[in-house]
Amino acid sequence: MQPLSNIDSLLHFSPEILLVIFAAAVIILDLVVKNRESVAVAHLALVGCLCTLAAVLFIHFSFGNEEPVALFLGMIQLDVFATFFKVLLLLATAATILFSLRSEELDAKLKGEYYALLLAITLGMFLMASSTNLLMIFIALETVSLTSYILAGFLTHSPRSSEAAFKYITYGAVASGTMLFGLSLLFGMAGTGDLTQIGGRLTELLASGEVSSLTVLIAITFVLAGVGYKIASVPFHMWSPDVYEGAPIPITAFLSVASKSAGFALFIRFFYTGFGSTGLMQFVDWPFMLAIVSALTMTVGNLAALPQQNVKRLLAYSSIAHGGYLLMGGVLLTSEGVGAILFYLLVYLFMNLGAFYVVVLVANEMGSETIDGYRGLGSRAPLVALAMVVFLASLTGLPPLAGFFGKWLLFTAVLEQGYYWLALVGLLNSVVSLYYYARIFKVMYFEDAEEETSHVSFSTGTFALLSTFVIPTIFIGFLNIFYTFSNISVSVLPMQ
Amino acid sequence: MLLSLMIFIPLLGMIAVLLLPRESEELIKRVTLIPLALAVYLFISYDRSTAGTQYVVNAPWIDAFNIQYHIGIDGLSVTLLLLTALLGPICVIASWRNIEKGIKAYMALFLLLETGMLGFFAALDLFLFYVFFELTLLPMYFLIGIWGGPRREYAAIKFFLYTLFGSVLMLVAMIAVYLNSGDPGARTFDIPTLIALASTEGHALNNLNFQIWVFLGFFIGFAVKVPIFPFHTWLPDAHVEAPTAISVILAGILLKMGTYGLVRVNMAMFPLGLDHFTNGIGFWGNSLALLGFINIVYGSFCALAQTDFKKLVAYSSIGHMGFVILGLAARNDTGITGAILQMFNHGVISAMLFLLVGVLYDRAHHREINGFGGLGTRMPVYTGITTLAFMASLGLPGLSGFVGEALSLLGAYDEFKWLTILSTIGIVVGAAYFLWTLQRVFLGNLNPKYEDLPEINGREILTLVPLAILTILLGVWPNLAIDMFRESVTNLVNVLQAI
Repeated sequence: MQPLSNIDSLLHFSPEILLVIFAAAVIILDLVVKNRESVAVAHLALVGCLCTLAAVLFIHFSFGNEEPVALFLGMIQLDVFATFFKVLLLLATAATILFSLRSEELDAKLKGEYYALLLAITLGMFLMASSTNLLMIFIALETVSLTSYILAGFLTHSPRSSEAAFKYITYGAVASGTMLFGLSLLFGMAGTGDLTQIGGRLTELLASGEVSSLTVLIAITFVLAGVGYKIASVPFHMWSPDVYEGAPIPITAFLSVASKSAGFALFIRFFYTGFGSTGLMQFVDWPFMLAIVSALTMTVGNLAALPQQNVKRLLAYSSIAHGGYLLMGGVLLTSEGVGAILFYLLVYLFMNLGAFYVVVLVANEMGSETIDGYRGLGSRAPLVALAMVVFLASLTGLPPLAGFFGKWLLFTAVLEQGYYWLALVGLLNSVVSLYYYARIFKVMYFEDAEEETSHVSFSTGTFALLSTFVIPTIFIGFLNIFYTFSNISVSVLPMQ
Repeated sequence: MLLSLMIFIPLLGMIAVLLLPRESEELIKRVTLIPLALAVYLFISYDRSTAGTQYVVNAPWIDAFNIQYHIGIDGLSVTLLLLTALLGPICVIASWRNIEKGIKAYMALFLLLETGMLGFFAALDLFLFYVFFELTLLPMYFLIGIWGGPRREYAAIKFFLYTLFGSVLMLVAMIAVYLNSGDPGARTFDIPTLIALASTEGHALNNLNFQIWVFLGFFIGFAVKVPIFPFHTWLPDAHVEAPTAISVILAGILLKMGTYGLVRVNMAMFPLGLDHFTNGIGFWGNSLALLGFINIVYGSFCALAQTDFKKLVAYSSIGHMGFVILGLAARNDTGITGAILQMFNHGVISAMLFLLVGVLYDRAHHREINGFGGLGTRMPVYTGITTLAFMASLGLPGLSGFVGEALSLLGAYDEFKWLTILSTIGIVVGAAYFLWTLQRVFLGNLNPKYEDLPEINGREILTLVPLAILTILLGVWPNLAIDMFRESVTNLVNVLQAI
């Protein structure tokens, strides 16, 4: 497979180019439109997402279907795996734009920048999912990080939001610095930045004793710091509750779904494609290290979620815990495990975004982000409360909802490799998580609202958007096609 | 097709209930009659002369993992399906005037619960079986939590957490069975296939050590549901707080899901594991029978100490489920027949008891046994039915409770002599608390507070009469029920004795 030259790559790169064009167009349109209440900017961004989606699918069906194509002299790769993530990320971005349209906390003056940044961050995530070169990986990661710092601090009137952005940037700078150091070690040892070659090169060097396995372990751990920060795994998770709580709700939803998905895309690319060889594993036992990180991440996330009073913060910890579940699939990097991660990310997209959408609605109507704000929601807004039950039950992993099927795939992958203790930790964590999700059920249904129990009505558009999350959350697990979809995406990933 | 219809009609009913206006009460009420009608048809047309599964539907579902929509019934499942279908309409009638707020939501959850229960008893694919098993959790949680008593939140979440804890261990065991059932691509969740593989010499599933571990995984899942000591503590809380009809379902059906699972999975699929826990050698060899014994004696003594009428019935349930465990542990024809019969009979009798407690609670608004007295003169019909239910429950010969318990004990006596003899303490204590309760509530002087207590009304009698008839009928003609599952039991015993 010969990498395409820069000029030849451009056509394959058209989805990314479209994103850039639309990001620029959004800014220009914002300058032209005088009416601050206009939704034209958001709609343009939405159209941008849809055009990019069409381009992604077009490219997929014309080129990327058969075998991976290396673009820009091997800097990035176009394959089914990348396409899977691109579709996932575009859905998340489109949903975030729709949330933002309905959210009442955003400053109308800064709309242009906001939507342009959302498109820019999507571009960065596209690159995260498709980079196959250490340098490109770092650039993609930084594009995403820098944009998300700004987005997290977008509520200029809220000190919490600024605090979130500041924490985010401090943590992020340290994490990416550490990662960069790890990458430079890898580059120095292997003499190449190409992920498809680096694993084999390192195995040779380790076998001949030219580099010590400790150096490789340190380099990989450092890289893991950067990736772990993106997917909010313990011990690099500390930023996420504060950021999730302080950031505007649509951005929190976006970070918890899209940022995590892109992080996992990078994680899989890096470890599965780059370091998945058994030859390398006999020198450095990082599967065990990952198992520990995974167990700690879900346990810390779930235990910390138990006492939370703020629903955004609760969902932040729950999202940390889900990062832990997802990591289980990556422990031994079998194709079943990676397939399970992809399937779970797809399910997670719908159930988690859905839950955050309910948070947006409740924040708009009741003006509260705390659990108490949900009091009596079951009788005040029955359909919204019902949708919340579906999302949270799916996050808990109760059948027959999609979350159960996702977890079941992950646990099967882990058990298949004989990691019984990890599966047990994961399952007991599910029981723990039920407790805090059930706290929301409890206030919604078992307790009556204190003051007036007036019925809250929502627009048809709201229900339509809500049902686009509810329906997949109920049905994805039943349908064969999604399992096939995630399996095909994995099967094209070359394993060293 | 018939079976699928029976399972999913309540689900369609649920959707209909959510869409229809509240005024269409009559229609809502009738949804549960359809599964009952189908169940009656099953009862008549079920071929009693074979142990094979009938009304089988087997369609592919999730190809990537060889999961099938495989349902069918044998003697054991048809018995419990009948019980479920029978209690459905009875519970609807019992709830009708009792549930004031959100009747639509209540009915929707109830119908979802019914789909879960019916599907569970008919599932022949392990994955499907698990999905239906878990499907009952969320509706039950909300039914207790929204329409329950003062401590309903606590009871609901306790029920939920306990059961989920049990079922995640079951999930690990289930996945382990799946992974060991063959090479990648040839794995299966199909219960009949797995049963065959587990007794194939040299197959990975036919390994003592493996079977012991997966046996334990499934056992804990089902033990929470039964409930078997020490996993029983959720039950009294859940029963006391749940509304009457939900207590009936809880005691009548949900507890049977545990024992049904033990027979369907633990006994049939892991005969080696079962042998390890029931062969009578050493501590582990007696452990299952010991748990049955503890349930019987501990449950009965706890019941004796209760002053809350409903809690007393709840603890007596724990005691009576002990007979099922003891009968199953015996692993012989008599014991298993007794256990299955006891499952059905306990479903009927405990349903009656909870309905009766509900009748009294609706009038007096408390359940304190010592707070009544002399009701016999005030409510003679109620007293009569209660006496019948008490007698059936304490095992009076001629009523259905006696047959199941006697057969369970007879079967167990051959295998676990001393434990069986000691278990009869439970029967004596059972007679004591029921008779003592009878005395405290119905005999003596009438408490002046309750001089105007109205007699049991027509609607309540309607819920009790079918159950009372069954109690008497099965007491004098137990073969009516035993014939349904005789062949299946013989088949199971043959498998177990082939070890």
